[in-house]
Amino acid sequence: MIRTDIVKMYKDIHTWVGIVSGLCLFIAFYAGALTMFEGPIQRWATAPSGLPDAVSLDRAEALVDAALAEHPEAARGWRVHVETGPESPARVSWDIGHPRHPDATFGAAFDAEGHLVTAELNASPVAQLIDTLHQQVGLPLDHEIAMPIMGAIALLYAIALVSGVIIIIPSLLKDAFNLRLGKNLKRLWLDVHNALGIFSLPFHIIMALSAVIFAFHDQIYDIQGETIYEGGIAAQWAQDVHEDPDVAPGTPLAAPSAVVARLAEQAPDFHILTLQYARDRDGHLGGRVMGRSVGHGMRGPTYGIAEFDPYTGDFTHVDYLPGQQPRWESIVTSFFALHFGNFGGEPVRWGYFVFGLAGAFLFYSGNLIWIEARRKRLTKRHGARPQTRTTRVLGALTVGVSLGSIAGMSLTLAAAKWISAWPVDLEVVHTGLYYAVFVAAILWAFRRGAGQGGADLLWLCAATTLLIPLSSLAGALMGEAGPWNWGGPVLVLDAVALAGAAGFAVLARITRKRALTGPQDSVWAAQPLQADPA
Amino acid sequence: MSRAVVKLTSRDWFPKAAAGLILGFTLAIGLSGLFAWFGPGGHWGGTGKTQLTMWLVAPLWCGVLSFVFLFRSGLRAWLGLGAANLLVFGLLWGGRLLLA
Repeated sequence: MIRTDIVKMYKDIHTWVGIVSGLCLFIAFYAGALTMFEGPIQRWATAPSGLPDAVSLDRAEALVDAALAEHPEAARGWRVHVETGPESPARVSWDIGHPRHPDATFGAAFDAEGHLVTAELNASPVAQLIDTLHQQVGLPLDHEIAMPIMGAIALLYAIALVSGVIIIIPSLLKDAFNLRLGKNLKRLWLDVHNALGIFSLPFHIIMALSAVIFAFHDQIYDIQGETIYEGGIAAQWAQDVHEDPDVAPGTPLAAPSAVVARLAEQAPDFHILTLQYARDRDGHLGGRVMGRSVGHGMRGPTYGIAEFDPYTGDFTHVDYLPGQQPRWESIVTSFFALHFGNFGGEPVRWGYFVFGLAGAFLFYSGNLIWIEARRKRLTKRHGARPQTRTTRVLGALTVGVSLGSIAGMSLTLAAAKWISAWPVDLEVVHTGLYYAVFVAAILWAFRRGAGQGGADLLWLCAATTLLIPLSSLAGALMGEAGPWNWGGPVLVLDAVALAGAAGFAVLARITRKRALTGPQDSVWAAQPLQADPA
Repeated sequence: MSRAVVKLTSRDWFPKAAAGLILGFTLAIGLSGLFAWFGPGGHWGGTGKTQLTMWLVAPLWCGVLSFVFLFRSGLRAWLGLGAANLLVFGLLWGGRLLLA
C-alpha cells in the first residue's frame, strides 16, 4: 500500500503539471488524431491540377528525359511517382528553391500529341498545417522555438502519467473501474478520466517518451557527443557513410519501370510509392525509394525508406526498409512506428484515431475535474458562493482553447474547397483562419463564461465541422461551378466529419441544459453567482 | 531502530524538480554512456545503436524527473542525484580506462 502522504503529494503534482500542460496537450492530441487521416485530408483538400492524366510508368523514362531537357533546374533532383492520385497527379515532379522548404513543386505529363506539359502542383497545405499544430502543440511559433516548448510540455506530461498512476492505485485496489453512474456528475467524470487514463496508459507512455525525443534529439546527440563518445557524435555517424557509386560519364540510368521491377525482386512485400533521385555535392546521383509494407513498422509517418542504385535498381542501403532492417535500427524504428501508428494498416490507424481523441478528452476532463472539485470543497466549507477568479479563468480558458482549436481546424479544412483559386499564399490563409477562430473562441469563452460559452462554442464546433461534408455536397450539387469531389475512400472523411458534427451538437445540448439546471454556484451555470457588491 | 518517517509534501517541489530536470538529465546521459560502451555491440556498434542510445535518455530522464519527489527534501534530491551522477560517470571513465 502506498503511504497516504505520498499519494497526497503526487495529487498536488498531478494537478499542477496537468493544468500547465493540459491545454497544449489537448490541441496536440486532437490534431494528432486528425493526422491519422493526413492522406485522405490531403486528397480531399487538393484541387485538380490541370495536368493531363498521368502517363504510364513505362513512359516515365521518356517523361523524365523530356522534362530534364526542357527544365535543367530539375536535374539536381526529381521524383517518379509510382503511385499517383489526385493529391499527387503527375508521374514526374521536382522542386525549385530550397531543397527542404521548396518554393514550388512542378509536375510533368505528356499531352495527347506526346508533347511535354508542365504545371505547378498545388497540393493543399491544410494537412500540413494540422500536422504542424500537432507537432508544435498549437503554438504559432518558429519551429526552432516551438520544439523546446513542446519538449517541456512532454516532460510535464510524463510526470502527469506517473503521478496519475500513483494516485489511483489505492482506489484501483478498492473499486477497480467501477463507473459510478449516478447523480454525482463530478464523480462520473473522475471515474471516466481514471479508466481512460489506465486503459490507454501504454499509448500515453509511448507518446510522452517519443515526444521528448522529437523535441530534444539534436541536443541529446550533441551532449552525448561531448560527454560519452570518443571522437564526438560525428565519429559515430561516420560509421555509416556510404558514397554513391562513381560511374563512367554517359552511363544510362535504369528506366523507372525496370527499377521498380528490380526492387520488387529484392523486397516482394514492399509496396513502392515513390522513387526519388537526388544529386549530391560531387554530382553523384543517388536513389531513394519510399513505400509501404503492411505488417511492419515504418520509419516515416506512412512509409518506409531505402536507397537504391539508380543505374541498376539494386538496393544499396536497407537500414530503414521495413522487414529488412538490422537489429538496432529495427528497435528504433519500432518507436517511430508506435508513435505514428503505422504498423498494422487501417485497423491500427483507426485505433490510434480513437486513442488520440480519448487522449484529448483526458486532458479536457482533467481541467474540469479540478474546477468542480474546488467548487465542491469550497461549497462544503462555506455554502454556495461565487466562483473564484482562478476557476472562472481556468474554466473559460479550458473551454475556449479546446473548442476553439477544434472549430479552427474544422473551418480551415472546410475552407480548402473554396479558396484554392485565390491568388494568395494558401498556407497563410489557412493559418490565419485557424488562429482567427481560435482567438475569437477564447475571447468569447471569457465574455460569456465557461457554462454559456462552452455550449455556444460546442455549437460552433458542430457548425464548422458540418461545413466539411456540406462543402463536398456543394461540389456534388453545383457541378462545374462548385468545388471538386474526388469520391472513393475520401468519402469516409465526410462521414467522420458528419458524425463529429452530430456529436458536438449533442454535447452542446447537454452543456446548455447543465448551465440552466445544474448547481448555480458552478462555473458551468448559465449565470454564475456573482459576488455581492458590498 | 525505527527512524521517524518524514511526511512528504509538495511544498519543496521546486528544488526537487530542478534536481530531476538537471541532474536527472546528466544521470540519463551517463547511464546511456554505460550502455554505449559496455552494452551489446560496444562503443562502435553502428549508427543504429547510436540512435537507440539517444532514445534511452527519454525514459531514464522522465523516470528520474517523476520519482525525484520521493526524496525527503530538495537538498537530499540534489545530494542523492549528485552522488548517483558521480558513481555513473566514475564507472564510465573507469571502465573506459580498463578497456583502453
